[in-house]
Amino acid sequence: MNPLYEVVRNPDRCIKCRVCERQCANEVHKYDAELDKMISNEMTCVDCQRCVCLCPTHALKIRPNENQFRENANWSHQIMDEVYKQAGSGGVLLSAMGTPKQYPVYWDKILLNASQVTNPPIDPLREPMETKTFLGKKSQKITYDENGKAHYEKTPYLELDVPIMFSAMSFGSISKNAHESLARAATELGTYYNTGEGGLHEDFYKYGKNTICQVASGRFGVFKGYLDAGAAIEIKMGQGAKPGIGGHLPGMKINDEISRTRMIPKGTDAISPAPHHDIYSIEDLRQLVFSLKEATNWEKPVIVKIAAVHNVAAIASGVARSGADIIAIDGFRGGTGAAPTRIRDNVGIPIELALAAVDSRLRDEGIRNDVSVVVGGSIRSAADVVKAIALGADACYIASAALLALGCHLCRSCNTGKCNWGIATQRADLVKRLNPDVGYKRLVNLVTAWDHEVKEIMGGMGINSIEALRGNRLMLRGVGLTQKELDLLGIQHAGE
Amino acid sequence: MKKVYVNEDWCLACHLCEFYCAAANSGADSMIKAFRDGKKPVPRIQVEEGSEVNFAVQCRHCDEHPCVKGCIAGALSVSDEGVVSCDENKCVGCGTCILSCPYGCIVPDEEAHVIRKCDLCVKNHNGAPACVEGCPNNAIVFEER
Repeated sequence: MNPLYEVVRNPDRCIKCRVCERQCANEVHKYDAELDKMISNEMTCVDCQRCVCLCPTHALKIRPNENQFRENANWSHQIMDEVYKQAGSGGVLLSAMGTPKQYPVYWDKILLNASQVTNPPIDPLREPMETKTFLGKKSQKITYDENGKAHYEKTPYLELDVPIMFSAMSFGSISKNAHESLARAATELGTYYNTGEGGLHEDFYKYGKNTICQVASGRFGVFKGYLDAGAAIEIKMGQGAKPGIGGHLPGMKINDEISRTRMIPKGTDAISPAPHHDIYSIEDLRQLVFSLKEATNWEKPVIVKIAAVHNVAAIASGVARSGADIIAIDGFRGGTGAAPTRIRDNVGIPIELALAAVDSRLRDEGIRNDVSVVVGGSIRSAADVVKAIALGADACYIASAALLALGCHLCRSCNTGKCNWGIATQRADLVKRLNPDVGYKRLVNLVTAWDHEVKEIMGGMGINSIEALRGNRLMLRGVGLTQKELDLLGIQHAGE
Repeated sequence: MKKVYVNEDWCLACHLCEFYCAAANSGADSMIKAFRDGKKPVPRIQVEEGSEVNFAVQCRHCDEHPCVKGCIAGALSVSDEGVVSCDENKCVGCGTCILSCPYGCIVPDEEAHVIRKCDLCVKNHNGAPACVEGCPNNAIVFEER
């Protein structure tokens, strides 16, 4: 097999400081004393860009290897490489992060509206603009007594200062420092981060009021204290990157701390079953929702997270009737620490279509106010957030974007456990590379910037509250979409 | 006085601080020129590496400053703010300060036969500690304590 990348070192710039050598966990760079030169072993390079970013003289470049197999539109270089790999290993191919395949990104085919003349735009720097969001059941009926006091059914809810939350990433799939960064950022931003299925590290209980505690099929780390610690509980039924299968954390990553947090023996694989073995119907799901509510004294909203799959609207309708307060839908472009390549690249549907279908279905059935809808699975910018909310979401989950803020360069090698940026690794010397003091500020910066942009875009539309944007599909127009796609998204074509 | 402090929890032993320091104090206007033709300018900060703990060491500008007291050539001095610095034109390279520094912060420059020590980048073109600016993980900070 040929190396995928080529390390280009500019000899006029290289000062042989050996920083690249010290920083590469894949051992690509090496100083050769005999030659008095830095040399490269490109076979193990994953193009994570750590060496490039830290090189003090900008002497390095990583390029795709120009060496090519004979051109073939059907048998691409990558497909051939994968066949060779499997012929050598006999194993299932593993990949990480979201699918890199060229599937349509509907966000990029939707345009936003702005006000002109008759309905003037609003300047968010001069006038109040509301992005605070509440997630949970919305009371259907409000009555007033003779004193004018409102009476309505009170149900637990989440209060978000920004309509963006950090999506589930377990301690195990990401490092403790990454978790600390997310927890501290969520606290400062007035939003929530999600423990994923790895339990909650004992040091992070103090961030509980900004934590969503996940209960997944493996039930790792779940006990009363854990359920009580968070602001909400999320039942993970599926994940966008790998619908239909559970997570798998290899034993080599299960060190003392993870073993304690997940409550499993050190060094054993943490394999989450594909289904919850106690959930085979909506009625079973309802039992778990109510069990978790009962266990936490009916004080916390329950989220049910499902992957965007073919029948997502019908599934969401069932989930809404199961007693869940919030439905989280994860699109197929969503990330993962590790998933079988074929599943990641071929299973599921785009989040845009899933969201439109779910929102329409819940409205048609008159149960939209029984649940809030949160969407994730590659929300890449404030524009995606605005489009998602206008399509019908109450809030968005971000995870890949959050990891990028922490230094991730999307090399998609999380499964190797050798993340050079200290994110998707448990090796102590690598974990150290992510200083949470730096990380949390970058996350706060990112979400604050997005919030500003959301306000700017809303202002342009003449809308001063996120409530008025939600499900406001008139603000959206499609470009280059077929009539079928427009119908599914429930939007008109640009020009209409 | 603001001083340079090191937090060993975040030091990665990447040694970038040494290179940023050496370049900033070399008189050259870029790192490439500072290290051109195999030149090896001496850094005033040095990373101590262990198996688990690493940290960078440089002058603490301590109140006792035994180096200044012991300097036989009058090359070392303390400014009003408390910055200990070395006049390399006066330094005779005797090494008394190196022996007397309890922190091991003073570095001999064998080639120039003088000592090199951190002066918080007050004299070079950088103006602010180059090690602090160059540290990729905030392991070195410049602050009042």
